[in-house]
Amino acid sequence: MIRVQHHDFDVGAELETLTAGNTRSGGVASFIGLVRDMGADNRITALTLEHYPGMTEKKLAEIEAEANRRWPLDASLIIHRYGRLEPGERIVLVATASPHREAALAACQFLIDWLKTDAPFWKSEETPQGERWVEKRAEDDAAAQRWKATKWW
Amino acid sequence: MRLLYFAWLRAKIGTAEEELKLPPQVHDVKSLLQWLKSRGPGYAEALKDMQTVRVAVNQDYVGPEHAIRDGDEVAIFPPVTGG
Repeated sequence: MIRVQHHDFDVGAELETLTAGNTRSGGVASFIGLVRDMGADNRITALTLEHYPGMTEKKLAEIEAEANRRWPLDASLIIHRYGRLEPGERIVLVATASPHREAALAACQFLIDWLKTDAPFWKSEETPQGERWVEKRAEDDAAAQRWKATKWW
Repeated sequence: MRLLYFAWLRAKIGTAEEELKLPPQVHDVKSLLQWLKSRGPGYAEALKDMQTVRVAVNQDYVGPEHAIRDGDEVAIFPPVTGG
């Protein structure tokens, strides 16, 4: 399931719902991305996430479908927030449920890695020096690329 | 053709969205970007380094050779930084 929203989410309730009524799943893996303040010379007072409504949902659904093709998942969930968020707030939740932990953990990492390079979101940071757009990290490309060469688990 | 701009590309161009008639010299993504660059200093500045520009046509990522047709939704934006 895909959700793109401004408001926060309840992690416990979301994970509960993910496997409700399903006794087949042996494990749930999850990743929660947070707004961080790096401190010192890199202070951030807030983050604003812009996105491309329509394409965002389309890309997230494609990424989720790909994870379901690669791993035997019972359920998967991506919630991504947009708008202005402050340090400590949640940005994204990715969760996967599977009969086996290997599939749940690998699919969860795959989802967050691919989402970072494929889903049309952009972060702008508020700093004491003013606003600045976050630049793409080469490490994120490398993390996503890894999955393009790896088949299954 | 509907053009959408996001993040700092939107800020540099100065608009989020515009509806334009496809000019005769535009037939693919490459020629569209060339033409846009000639539309003003904001466009030229936003599109000066193609390494930092991504294009989606009808909500799918495309390369420079991808054909553009009237009625397409073309989005131009920097590399994504979500997650």
